[in-house]
Amino acid sequence: MGMTIGEKIIARAAGVESVKAGEIHTVNLDYMMSNDGTTHLTVDMFHNKLKKPRIADKDKLVFIVDHNIPAENPKTAAAHRKMREFAKEHGIKFYEGKGVCHQIMVEDFVEPGQLIMGADSHTCSYGALGAFGTGIGCTDFLYGMVTGKSWVMVPETIRFNLTGKLREGVYPRDLILTIIGDVGANGCNYKVMEFAGEGAHNLSINDRFVLCNLAVEAGAKTGIVEPDEKVVEYVESRGRKADNLFVSDSDAVFEKVYEYDLSKIEPVVARPDFVDDVIPLSEVGEVKIDQAFLGSCNNGRIDDLRVAANILKGKKVHKDVRFIIAPASNSVYLQAVEEGLMEIFLESGAMVMNANCSVCWGSCQGVIGEGEVLISTGTRNFKGRAGHKDSKVYLGSAATVTASAIAGKIVGA
Amino acid sequence: MSKVFKFHNDVDTDQIIASQYLLLPTIDDMKGYAFESLDGDFAKNVAEGDIVVAGENFGCGSSREQAPSVLKALGVKAVVAKSFARIFYRNSINIGLPVIVCREMYDVAEAGDEVNLDLAAGTIETSKGTLTCTKLPPYMQGILDAGGLIASLNKEED
Repeated sequence: MGMTIGEKIIARAAGVESVKAGEIHTVNLDYMMSNDGTTHLTVDMFHNKLKKPRIADKDKLVFIVDHNIPAENPKTAAAHRKMREFAKEHGIKFYEGKGVCHQIMVEDFVEPGQLIMGADSHTCSYGALGAFGTGIGCTDFLYGMVTGKSWVMVPETIRFNLTGKLREGVYPRDLILTIIGDVGANGCNYKVMEFAGEGAHNLSINDRFVLCNLAVEAGAKTGIVEPDEKVVEYVESRGRKADNLFVSDSDAVFEKVYEYDLSKIEPVVARPDFVDDVIPLSEVGEVKIDQAFLGSCNNGRIDDLRVAANILKGKKVHKDVRFIIAPASNSVYLQAVEEGLMEIFLESGAMVMNANCSVCWGSCQGVIGEGEVLISTGTRNFKGRAGHKDSKVYLGSAATVTASAIAGKIVGA
Repeated sequence: MSKVFKFHNDVDTDQIIASQYLLLPTIDDMKGYAFESLDGDFAKNVAEGDIVVAGENFGCGSSREQAPSVLKALGVKAVVAKSFARIFYRNSINIGLPVIVCREMYDVAEAGDEVNLDLAAGTIETSKGTLTCTKLPPYMQGILDAGGLIASLNKEED
């Protein structure tokens, strides 16, 4: 019987010929990533809970401070210090203030065919490069750090066959929100979302990142786009290898197959407080906003900043709106400087932050107050996600967010 | 007996423990804020041995292990839901917090009910009858029985 991409990656990591959905396997991990959201607790457990504290392979570990950076209070500073000192003591790769963890992992580490676990739910992003990335908690991280291994139950795969191209003014962000709205917040619970077909191959690596990144919002264990020459070019141009380009066999078993014609996708928004409460932008009605946010691991890349700059050029942010922009990494930030985008942002009245999780995470600079409304390119719009429990978050594309920042209410570009 | 604390569908981990508390030094520092946005008195009212009952997709969203950890630290005996999001489910087993799929419980139980959850037998006695829980796969039950993934690892190293 044939295998899906996800099954092939797990079989490779488990060192076996083949696996099938429902089996439990012990796997070798290619990388493990942890950020400042939980690492201080992992370090405490390393010291206090283990009978034999040790690190299996420091070269497979990456620590990234991206959630509350720069630290906003002394307790956060202490958590960061604990992480920093542990990384230094054990020779673990350590990034601080360089960007959102998943952006750094894709820029610097991920290779197709790898199995990577990260202590962050959006680790599913690595499917943009044909890898299997999945989110775990700090106990799983600790176990993997000590043994170099983990266990997985092989998930079923749900295939999304994509055809055609997105129309002008419609973005991968609109596509994945549409899919999540269709399948629901647990529509792919414990599944692999596999994106394939010519519509998928037409998408750039950055576009694929957007799709895979939000797979967890449909409950998926990961999202993977069928890898191709674009993946090879991306990783080889960064001095890495593309030896394991796995695609599903013709007789692979999919739990379900969905068909999406990209030319029929429209701009959409997700309403508070659920990512799957998705409606066409044209039906959103009169929604005034207090803040707009462009950034995050979902939508803070150079493509998104270019879209925003094109719309903002020569215009001003609405007088009653704070527009916050946080590039996903410093390399994205530098490119935006070189392309002159920062001038456009600053002249329009937007605030540009350092590369970090920023407003999407709702616990550092840029939180919103009681009763306030945010339109965001972030990953989630859960109750209180961006600040006060009685505030509201709408999700939309970079174009929708930017046009709304100018209009002072939710509108299309 | 366990008192029931009841929540709806799609309770995400931001509601179980909000982002702004995650970088506090320890789980004990965080636990007082559990379910703050949905039930501000939860941490004060919940007692050792009580259970959380919910609908579909409990624990969706972020991978923060602080979510099951604060519940365990408050003495919650188990979470009983129609279904769970995968990372919360896995994290709970890893830290030794029983997560029980029992689809009828949400419809049968009201907030404040007293029920008798027998973890070994996999049954819940309610005033409206006895419910049977779905069994965990043996591998996961083994981790839970050992007291969690790290306890299980330490045992292997004896």
